Amino acid sequence: MTEQTQTGPAQPQGGTAPAGSAGATGSDPLLAIRGLKRYFPVTRGVVFRHTVGHVQAVDGIDLSVSPGQTLGLVGESGCGKTTTGRLITRLDEPTGGNIVFDGVDITHLKQGRMRPLRREIQMIFQDPYSSLNPRQTVGAIVGAPFRLQRVKPPGGIKQAVQEILELVGLNPEHYNRYPHEFSGGQRQRIGIARTLALRPKLIVADEPVSALDVSIQAQVVNLLEDLQDELGLTYVVIAHDLSVVRHISDQVAVMYLGKVVEKAARDDLYATPMHPYTVALLSAVPVPEPAHAANGQRRRRERIRLAGDVPSPLNPPPACRFHTRCWKAEEICRTQEPPLIELASGHQVACHFPENAPAA
Amino acid sequence: MPAGAMLEVRDLRIHFQTDDGLVKSVDGVSFTLERGRTLGIVGESGSGKSVTSLGIMGLNTGKNVRISGEILLDGEELVGAPAARIRELRGNKMAMIFQDPLSSLHPYFTVGDQIIEAYRLHNNVTKQVARKHAIEMLNRVGIPQAAVRVDDYPHQFSGGMRQRAMIAMALSCDPELLIADEPTTALDVTVQAQILDLISSLQEEFGSAVIIITHDLGVVAELSDDILVMYAGRVAEYGTADDIFSRPGHPYTWGLLGSMPRLDRERIERLIPIPGTPPSLIRVPSGCPFHPRCAYTELTGGRCDTEVPLLREVASLGHKAACHLTAEDRTRLWSELSEGVLPEEAHTPDEQDFAPGTGEQTSSSGADA
Repeated sequence: MTEQTQTGPAQPQGGTAPAGSAGATGSDPLLAIRGLKRYFPVTRGVVFRHTVGHVQAVDGIDLSVSPGQTLGLVGESGCGKTTTGRLITRLDEPTGGNIVFDGVDITHLKQGRMRPLRREIQMIFQDPYSSLNPRQTVGAIVGAPFRLQRVKPPGGIKQAVQEILELVGLNPEHYNRYPHEFSGGQRQRIGIARTLALRPKLIVADEPVSALDVSIQAQVVNLLEDLQDELGLTYVVIAHDLSVVRHISDQVAVMYLGKVVEKAARDDLYATPMHPYTVALLSAVPVPEPAHAANGQRRRRERIRLAGDVPSPLNPPPACRFHTRCWKAEEICRTQEPPLIELASGHQVACHFPENAPAA
Repeated sequence: MPAGAMLEVRDLRIHFQTDDGLVKSVDGVSFTLERGRTLGIVGESGSGKSVTSLGIMGLNTGKNVRISGEILLDGEELVGAPAARIRELRGNKMAMIFQDPLSSLHPYFTVGDQIIEAYRLHNNVTKQVARKHAIEMLNRVGIPQAAVRVDDYPHQFSGGMRQRAMIAMALSCDPELLIADEPTTALDVTVQAQILDLISSLQEEFGSAVIIITHDLGVVAELSDDILVMYAGRVAEYGTADDIFSRPGHPYTWGLLGSMPRLDRERIERLIPIPGTPPSLIRVPSGCPFHPRCAYTELTGGRCDTEVPLLREVASLGHKAACHLTAEDRTRLWSELSEGVLPEEAHTPDEQDFAPGTGEQTSSSGADA
């Protein structure tokens, strides 16, 4: 195990264009996923256990993130976004496809070979209450990565931990406190500090702010952005909140029942959503501004209503998986699966009848 | 329409005696709700919004609870009313929808049985009649094949359907007051839209008064006529939806509006968070409970940390805020904020960043640096 020298904030990856417009397609992606699949077997029987079907949690998705950028993954519960995050961090074994991180195919790396890479890929979890060991002090929690990876920072683990605590806006003197002494937002900062300990390149954040109060959410979102600028981090942010995703992401992928249905640069996706599901999702978000009709009366905002719930991923609808709830669905949607194709520059959609499609 | 408000709450205080001290969950809350109107109660966790609603429903019954003030339901005093009378009213004249439909429905009984039980408790009818009514209610709230699904258990329903079943149960006795406590927080956004539509169309149909409790300003803007912003068990601001969203008068409301990313506006580069964390209700900060997190305390000559601000009318009639700022300052600051001028750093000393565990968290944390 080599020693890692730590000198202040890590240098941003060389050659990374400033994370400005989404057009940073020139550089090699830090993370590239191709055809990623994860099927969970559904079994019956106690004595003669046999597989009766599969939950197709993730069913062949392609994604890539350039260094220093943020990819947002949005979708409703059961769309496979969390499973995708767990596959990227190799907390779960993919059924098919491959994951290339920084030029290395990590899809089926053995545990021993994976371990050194773990310091480069870290994860922030949703619930700051259950993701911290209540019997460990903050120092032990944030210092754990150093011990597990046998990294000896110059000046010792304690000093390194205190530097990180300061970096995420916590008081370094609280090194010996326990998680229960902190509020939810502060706990989330502890979780973030832990992921930063080994200066990772990629951070997968699974619903990093959804368990927090509104006023605290903004603090944590700003912290994540500051850390990205300072440390040159690359994020995959998984969230169901479309407004948070718009705020934080450069690229956004919308998932529905294990598939990516639309993928685009943030501004393109929010300004001209093309997949009907994306359109419906965006129109369903309540707007914090009372709506008025012409006569000054309050009225309900016009919106696209999707009927019903998301179907079970155990038996997803054939062909286009959205056709059961789509108002534009026609015969072809029930028989033929639409491929994910590029309709505008950098804007990919899987739909037979896209909205806002540029006139060909 | 009968005269008088459907619900009138005056100076409601709900305090809990605990081993750590007295928790002032609700500390002097007043509001009025007319028939057919919707009141939104907004606040962060621990602001007392849920305790207020449980208090109205008479569900704070522990030995350590102290309730004072007045709750007038259609003119009838509920504070101190006999438990039997509250039980008669609860589920009948006033009903409640809870946040998590899976844990609020009994897993052992079918959905139908649970609606039938509630209906028969308040109406002297046979099981068959009640069952018919249950099916009709499930139909009304949009459960497909209600006649079949009435015999399903809660686990056989999806999240959205469970919430619909909860609504069916709450409305089965045609209540005049409906309290919805975070009715859509556990739901996906497309299902949330369906449930919000359902609540507002049912309200039109039944003409009930509705209280909707949420932390989501978007949900409140969709549904409410009036809005009550709560902070640390007190009312920070109270007004119509227009007042709150177009000319908010309290720095906390400004903070809430500024800290949420919005889809209906241009993307801003940086969110403006409210520094620090909500205070502990055992050691509520002196003076204005919001002052440790407020950026404008110098403008009031030190009154903020010594003097509790009263809920006073600002600008338009009925629009009230509990803040020491003068009307001019308030108008100027809000117009600056809406033009994108950032507030000054909160005045808390930098070094004592956090005081976790002490409850009184006066922090200006790194995120806003």
